[in-house]
Amino acid sequence: MAKTIVTALVGAAVLGLGATAAQADTLSDVKAKGFVQCGVNGSNLAGFGAQDSSGNWAGLDVDLCKAVAAAVFGDATKVKFTPLSAKDRFPALQSGEIDLLARNTTWSVSRDSQLGFDFRAVNYYDGQGFMVKKELGVKSALELSGASVCVQSGTTTELNLADYFRSNNMDFKPVVFEAQDEADAAYNAGRCDAYTTDASGLYSIRLKMANADDHMVLPEIISKEPLGPAVRQNDSRWLDIVSWSHYAMVAAEEFGITTANVEEMKASANPDIKRFLGEEADSTIGADLGLPKDWAVQIIKAVGNYGESFERNVGEGSPLKIARGLNGLWTNGGLQYAPPVR
Amino acid sequence: MALADARTGSGEPPKVSLLYNPALRSIVYQVVTLVVIVAAIWYAWNNVVQNLARANMTAGFGFLNSRAGFDLAQSLIAYSSDSTYFRALQVGLLNTLVVAAAGIVTATIVGLLVGIGRLSHNWLIARLCTVYVEIFRNIPPLLVIFFWYLGVLALLPSIRSIFQHLEENPDAIFFISNRGIYMPAPVFGDGFGTVLIAFLIGVVAAVAFTVWANARQRATGQRPPVLWVNLGLVLLLPFLVFLVMGSPLTFDYAVPGSFNMRGGMVIGPEFLALYLALSLYTASFIAEIVRAGIRGVSKGQSEASYALGLRPGQATRLVVLPQALRIIIPPLTSQYLNLIKNSSLAVAVGYADLVAVGGTILNQSGKSIEIISIWMLIYVSISLITSLFMNWFNAKMALVER
Repeated sequence: MAKTIVTALVGAAVLGLGATAAQADTLSDVKAKGFVQCGVNGSNLAGFGAQDSSGNWAGLDVDLCKAVAAAVFGDATKVKFTPLSAKDRFPALQSGEIDLLARNTTWSVSRDSQLGFDFRAVNYYDGQGFMVKKELGVKSALELSGASVCVQSGTTTELNLADYFRSNNMDFKPVVFEAQDEADAAYNAGRCDAYTTDASGLYSIRLKMANADDHMVLPEIISKEPLGPAVRQNDSRWLDIVSWSHYAMVAAEEFGITTANVEEMKASANPDIKRFLGEEADSTIGADLGLPKDWAVQIIKAVGNYGESFERNVGEGSPLKIARGLNGLWTNGGLQYAPPVR
Repeated sequence: MALADARTGSGEPPKVSLLYNPALRSIVYQVVTLVVIVAAIWYAWNNVVQNLARANMTAGFGFLNSRAGFDLAQSLIAYSSDSTYFRALQVGLLNTLVVAAAGIVTATIVGLLVGIGRLSHNWLIARLCTVYVEIFRNIPPLLVIFFWYLGVLALLPSIRSIFQHLEENPDAIFFISNRGIYMPAPVFGDGFGTVLIAFLIGVVAAVAFTVWANARQRATGQRPPVLWVNLGLVLLLPFLVFLVMGSPLTFDYAVPGSFNMRGGMVIGPEFLALYLALSLYTASFIAEIVRAGIRGVSKGQSEASYALGLRPGQATRLVVLPQALRIIIPPLTSQYLNLIKNSSLAVAVGYADLVAVGGTILNQSGKSIEIISIWMLIYVSISLITSLFMNWFNAKMALVER
């Protein structure tokens, strides 16, 4: 009997853990515990969220997590990473296990509303594509009727795939995996004819294949996939901080501020730059966001501007060698655009 | 509270203190437990409601009528991306039931054979069975699934080599590839129902004949040719009707399509990997249960049956196994339940079982609490029904005791 009571109490305690989970004010919560808990890609998606051999995290999404930590604490190391599968990511954010989800997650209306999240900034504009083995001789996604397609479950990709084949009157056989690693292995073993996910992911996965040159990414991009950080709904202060951490990186690139020259730029004659870097005497931008005055400086020192982060993680400085394309600055014909810092 | 009062109120010496009253103690313990459990449930529920409200989310099962939007690879009933979430869950449940049922049947047969084999006087058979049990019993089931999926089935011939094989042998109708096992699908024509009825009549007649034959054997000592007559009733009778009805059965053969075989019937590698892994893994435990059950029957029983002139096979079948079953059935039930629950590992190889489908729905709709309740409810129901059946079976076997 005593055992039953103990069991009941333990059960109650376990269930009760949820009580402190959903904080309406994530910033206070983060400051109190002293670090940002950031949900990132758990399947080593090179360029976005991946660990090197010594366990250090790197990637575009990881940089955003570090930028938020730098903005809040002035220290980019005050961040802890939670590797998540596509399927686990939303419950992790809903339950309060993580403060912020930066896991190549597509911003869609149902996720913004029904799932109870808020999106604002887009740190990578992507689109869904297909990868096939060259030996198949397929040149276009429209030739894939009847094919078996490997896909990850719980993604917008899975839904777009069904819609695309349907709207083109083609049939296909989905082979659905929860984890990307198993999908990779199955594609490699010839279980599927094609592999579909965001184009950036395809380039990253292709690099992992034994012989990357045997595979090609088809030209069709079948969807819009604006990937960005998500936070819990109704916490606009935290949403502001996360979004402006990204915008600060973009603004820094617009201003030509880099990790190397950020100290010199503090002395710039340009009032926009001075205001952005918190050098104007009566600047309250940082304080209004709930951040230190030099928040932007800390971000740039930690991860560089958006262009630097892009080149280091997915661009020319990385094995992926993805062109800026849609992710170029708006002044260069891309979509990356920071609202005015004023 | 009540206990403290009891202590002060125990003034009269002949009466035993209320504190040591077993009836009262047991009631107090039960009340306390009940209060704690109710409080815990209330607290958890309240918590859920508050957190949902804070996240601006609603609870409810209305979402099950929304369009699913995703396709499923394995489906026994009509399903497309236009179907509802509810339909998708039905597909998942059916897939779970199919793999669990097939797994249980195979695991029982293999387990029984291996368990008996381990006790065999044949050195080689006994050792082989021991090796089998020790290997499968000591590997986590997930690894066994991966072993079959990536280690065996993925290495089968590719679909391209099947196409090539077909060009050289146009008459081939049965193919094994890394996309699954392809075979002709039966297409039932008009009149096949009559054949089925003939088959059912044959089975009923066979049962009746066996009952009559047993009675006759008891009365006269003569055994009528039960096997031959029953085979004739069960197989020959439907076959004759089949011929009379003009052979109402054709086959749909698998033919090469653009990327996959088209038509025919296919058993996918996801199902095969899960089915083989679950059956063989559970069979190793069942083998041990069977061995324990047989060992649990006193040695005198088999010695007595040898003394009566029974051969070892007969002694096992007629004397030892019926008694061993009573020891075997209760732990066997646990193994069946384990197999059913382990089938949720399907998600690792992309078999569309209840957990895989539910997980996708959870992700698309964000209804975690609802989906998890559905999962728990269904698994508890399946397990309870299995237990009920096994308990009934156990009671039936126990009654046979003389």
